[in-house]
Amino acid sequence: MKKPIWFAVASAGALFVLMAQDARIIVTKGGIPAIAIPDFHGAGDAQKFMAAFNETLSADVKACGRFKIVAKTSLPTFVPQQPADFQQPTPPPAAPPTGGRKKQQPQPVVPPTGGGRWMQDWSSPPAQANFLAFGYTAPQNGVLVLQGWLYDLSKDTPANAQLIGKRYLATVDEAGARKIAHEFAADIITLFGGQSLFGTHIYFTSDRTGHKEIWMMDPDGKNQRQITRFNSISTYPTPSPDGSKVAFTSWVKGQPAIFVFSVDPVRDLRYYNQAASVNQAGSFTPDGKQIVYASSAGTGRCCRIFAANLDGTGFRPISSSSTIEVEPKVNPKTGTDIVFSSGRSGPQQVYRMSMDGADLERLTPGIGEASNASWHPDGQRIAFAWTQGYATGAFNIFTMNVATKEYVQLTHGDGKNENPSWAPDGVHIAFAKTRGRSSQIYTMLADGTQLQPLTSLGQNERPVWGR
Amino acid sequence: MFSKRKFSLICLALALAMFAAGCKKKVPAPAPPPPPPPVVVPEAPKPAAPTVAQFTAEPTSIQRGQTSTLRWEVTGSVTSVSIDQGLGTVQSTGSNRVNPSDSTTYTLTATGPGGSITGSATVNVSAPPPPPPIEETKPTVTIDQAIASNVQDAYFDYDKTDIRSDARDVLSKDAAALKSILADFPNASIVVEGHCDERGSAEYNLGLGDRRASAAKEFLQGLGVSADRLKTISYGKERPQCTEQNESCWQKNRRVHFAAGQ
Repeated sequence: MKKPIWFAVASAGALFVLMAQDARIIVTKGGIPAIAIPDFHGAGDAQKFMAAFNETLSADVKACGRFKIVAKTSLPTFVPQQPADFQQPTPPPAAPPTGGRKKQQPQPVVPPTGGGRWMQDWSSPPAQANFLAFGYTAPQNGVLVLQGWLYDLSKDTPANAQLIGKRYLATVDEAGARKIAHEFAADIITLFGGQSLFGTHIYFTSDRTGHKEIWMMDPDGKNQRQITRFNSISTYPTPSPDGSKVAFTSWVKGQPAIFVFSVDPVRDLRYYNQAASVNQAGSFTPDGKQIVYASSAGTGRCCRIFAANLDGTGFRPISSSSTIEVEPKVNPKTGTDIVFSSGRSGPQQVYRMSMDGADLERLTPGIGEASNASWHPDGQRIAFAWTQGYATGAFNIFTMNVATKEYVQLTHGDGKNENPSWAPDGVHIAFAKTRGRSSQIYTMLADGTQLQPLTSLGQNERPVWGR
Repeated sequence: MFSKRKFSLICLALALAMFAAGCKKKVPAPAPPPPPPPVVVPEAPKPAAPTVAQFTAEPTSIQRGQTSTLRWEVTGSVTSVSIDQGLGTVQSTGSNRVNPSDSTTYTLTATGPGGSITGSATVNVSAPPPPPPIEETKPTVTIDQAIASNVQDAYFDYDKTDIRSDARDVLSKDAAALKSILADFPNASIVVEGHCDERGSAEYNLGLGDRRASAAKEFLQGLGVSADRLKTISYGKERPQCTEQNESCWQKNRRVHFAAGQ
């Protein structure tokens, strides 16, 4: 399994060299390879699901942020469906294959092409692709089959160009078509060192039913489904590391309290809340065995940071400040330190401490208000929301290297941007954008590009990316 | 004159009899006419007994405590009219309001030279219906109405939980109102809700709302409101009163609000 990846990375590296030499053709943005993804077709009953398939495949490959997708209008008209559809280019003096038309058209003064039958049709203008994904689907014995290929167009022959040639199976319906598209896209993304987000979920809060409830969806906004039905206020979801559970805060019993639910099937796992006017969910520890949260227990003042077992037992305070300390997030890599928001120096700022409350340090410089810290999977960076440079309450998304405290601003106004949450791939960030009175969930790349709206029904907020 | 007529009648009768006999058969003698009525020699007129032309009670049925009116009229030669049941002698025509405590039959006696005559009128007295069973006195307003009309929100500064001077005045009045409401509703409790404007982060605002509610509760407690009947709930910024993005709206949301406990 390691060999093909190494090969692909090596070939991509060679490609970058080529692009650097011939910037006129390819390089539009930092040497990102261009991939052509023509529309795939389906045999018989499969065709009616191909719109969903093509949309999903393109969206996933685009969303990974590692490719430039060639515009479909630039693609050749003939689209190969299998390797046998490629032909060897005829030498320039010869007439290009015309498909046996009766009329002899006068030859235009353009370089000869195969109309799509030659590999070079895809790598030369106007397509200028470095890679080509192609294939087809067909129903076979009640199963939807995708034959998918990925070609490296820098190679001389189809035989040498194949990076992926694989069968994918699914149910013969739209969900099946999306599934095989996700899987094919995942293989392409993985080949280039990326991590597919297929199979991950974004947990969020939506009021589309008239009450704030916990929901979850696929990373492309599909399959949105409701988890809680409390008809109260249920929000601040936080998934367990394995994605099997979600903890959240609900007012269903009066004062805000923590709940832990299993996700599939949805079931209340009965979290015991210690007596307090506020218990609010924070995050799971990376081993999934404990929850860190914020509570007014003991002091009668919200909140200190606590840790407890998954059923609420064994709770103990970690922080000891008399100010508001909330949003504890355990480092997913080390499990030994926590970032959180605290008002101990005035307006809320992002702090870090060890799991026992020691080694406290403020990460943000004390300007404006900073909150919503979320760990990068590598445990070295955080994304957070900060009003620095903007009006009170006008948050934007920033990332910070926790060791150096160097930060980068990803969003720039255009409403309020908050609650960033890093995807498991470490490349994407989900966040909530509020413009006017409408709050919706978006994803973007961690450099602030490729903004993608995921929700539109009701008010949607508090995205957290999990498994 | 009388005999002449009688004679002619007899002659006529004879003639008819002869004619009839001569023709058919013998006609019987006609039936004698009825005798004239006897002449009554009128005696000297004896005085007539009085007549009770009217003796009524209106209405005939009353509830205890109500009154009925007796009306009477006696005609003829009367020397005295009296009604029993303590009304005594009355004039021959008149009325009188009575309020007997039980059903009573009044007897009117009219006496004249021609004798006495009586009439009666009955007033039926019914007892009033029994009163409803005694219940707890229910206040006419609900506790929600009492809170809404007597207990005001107290407002806070941005990111602050201390009681401002205006909030101090409001909460002092609220304390009196809450004590009264808690007395009127002995089983009720009051929820002290802490709210925030939308600008801070949600979790932080949950802490802020909790501290605002606690600060208000302690202030009220200091003014004698029973603390164990005040329960705090922080809503942070989850339940705003106002959703516009300007300071007047934000101020409305930075508040402590009171509601009836469940």
